[in-house]
Amino acid sequence: MKENQTRNFEKVITRTIQFSGYSSILFVLLILFFLLSEGTPALFDVPLSQLFSERWYPIEGYYGILPLILGSLVVTLGASLIAVPFGILTAVFIAEIAPKWLQEIMKPLVELLAGLPSVVLGFLGILVVSPFLRDTLNLPTGLTALTGSLLLGGIAIPTIVSISEDALNNVPDSYRHGSLALGLTRWQTIWGVTVPAAKSGILMAVMLGVGRTIGETMTVMMVTGNAPILPTSLQALFMPIRTMTATIASEMGEVATGSPHYHVLFFIGIVLFLFTLLVNVIASNISSRKLKRSERILS
Amino acid sequence: MQTAKKSNVLKQLRIEKLGFSVLTILSIATVIPIIAVVIYIIYLGAPAISWEFVSAMPSEGMRAGGIWPAIVGTFYLTIGTALFSVPLGIAAAIYLSEYAPMNKVTQSIRLAIINLAGIPSVVYGLFGLGLFVIFLNFGTSILSASLTLSIMTLPVIISTTEEALRAVPQSFRVVSVSLGATKWQTIWRLVLPQAIPGILTGVVLGLERAAGETAPILFTGAAFFLPRLPNSPLDATMALPYHLFVISTQVPGMPIQIQYGTVLVLLVFVLIMDIIVTMIRSHARAKRQW
Repeated sequence: MKENQTRNFEKVITRTIQFSGYSSILFVLLILFFLLSEGTPALFDVPLSQLFSERWYPIEGYYGILPLILGSLVVTLGASLIAVPFGILTAVFIAEIAPKWLQEIMKPLVELLAGLPSVVLGFLGILVVSPFLRDTLNLPTGLTALTGSLLLGGIAIPTIVSISEDALNNVPDSYRHGSLALGLTRWQTIWGVTVPAAKSGILMAVMLGVGRTIGETMTVMMVTGNAPILPTSLQALFMPIRTMTATIASEMGEVATGSPHYHVLFFIGIVLFLFTLLVNVIASNISSRKLKRSERILS
Repeated sequence: MQTAKKSNVLKQLRIEKLGFSVLTILSIATVIPIIAVVIYIIYLGAPAISWEFVSAMPSEGMRAGGIWPAIVGTFYLTIGTALFSVPLGIAAAIYLSEYAPMNKVTQSIRLAIINLAGIPSVVYGLFGLGLFVIFLNFGTSILSASLTLSIMTLPVIISTTEEALRAVPQSFRVVSVSLGATKWQTIWRLVLPQAIPGILTGVVLGLERAAGETAPILFTGAAFFLPRLPNSPLDATMALPYHLFVISTQVPGMPIQIQYGTVLVLLVFVLIMDIIVTMIRSHARAKRQW
């Protein structure tokens, strides 16, 4: 009797756990479903040629999302230019060069940056970074794409540092020892052996960092000025800009449910989802390729 | 010949020295701003902090008084998120680490988790609006916002918990099952307790992120200003990060001190969470016997 009870209990638990395991798939499908069901009507409300035109002015019925897409790309590109070199070099420093005590100081600091809410960075952007840029570069306003890029760089750096550092730490010590024994300096070992061995992990770190940047909302909304101007040249970096995320966040609160504007905002959500999906698929391909190679070596 | 070799070695050593110095400077340049930010916020925010500031309702259109309802709101949202995401996340991680076979379905689960982790927070907001607020008719409420934040937090909790469970040596499980314990008894009595520090770390990190988020709650549960505290899960609520956004961009003539004070409260919150994580980790490292 007691044994029977245990067995039944075990069955229920196993089912519950199995269902919880599957729940992630369910949630992704739900997210996809709601984005599509609320976003695709935009294609019927607004002609396609207008949707991908360059004028975003919803009050008068202009729903061109091109400036928003390019706005996101410009800010992301700017942020990557800052975060990728600084992030990778910091990871190399922490993993390969820094003495133990310095590691113990730097790692928690990077984690602290990762934990800072994005509104805090946006707040500092408004009060510190933007006036500074306005005065030093002599701009009409400090709320520009550049300001956004600088702060988003700060958001991407912790991701890039911690994943790259893991990748570097996973390189077996025998690689380093072999290289040093052949008479190479530590510097040559780092760039000739360790970093190439950790390449796929570092690439993945970069992709995930970029993914975070595209999706970041509050910071860009607070510091980029939110002007939906189509960026056409490098000059755009010093002008106000508006991203997809900021548009959704700032306008969704004011639209009527079911209006064309509402559907277009969801449509922008679909575009954003596709962008991050692309980035993530690339990142996970990199990591699975790495897995296969290491499996080959081990077998 | 000999001298040429020697000078080559010397050259390489010089390059190494130069390279190390450059890397040191760049890395320190990367972390210095973080320290500067912390000091800056504490320095400017500290004068604003008083018992009244953290315990009173805002007054005069938020330009005076305290931020108590925002603190309470963030507390409610964090608890609400934990109620849903912690049990579900841990159960999902148990499935992946202890039950899941190596097949296509498991691969899809992993792909789904990676995807969830990558979805932008504002898209979670849209999803929460579509599903919880409108479709399930929960309205803009603590419930809708907590559920939205929970799904966003799941990937963090699942992946850290799974890692912690996998770190428990396989021999523990083998011995337990060979002594006649069922699979669940083994997991519940043996594997989970060993993995608790790792799980806690993941939970705290996940909740820290959820508590600091603004975009997912913008249209699912955050209120610009409420004259009273929320008294049911179906009420909207103020929240610290959203409040900071409001007072720094939406309210003209906001005293700067209140803004810095609010930032400091948020920063202290993050610091406390980080200290908890560090303490759990070092405690676990000291106690581990395997």
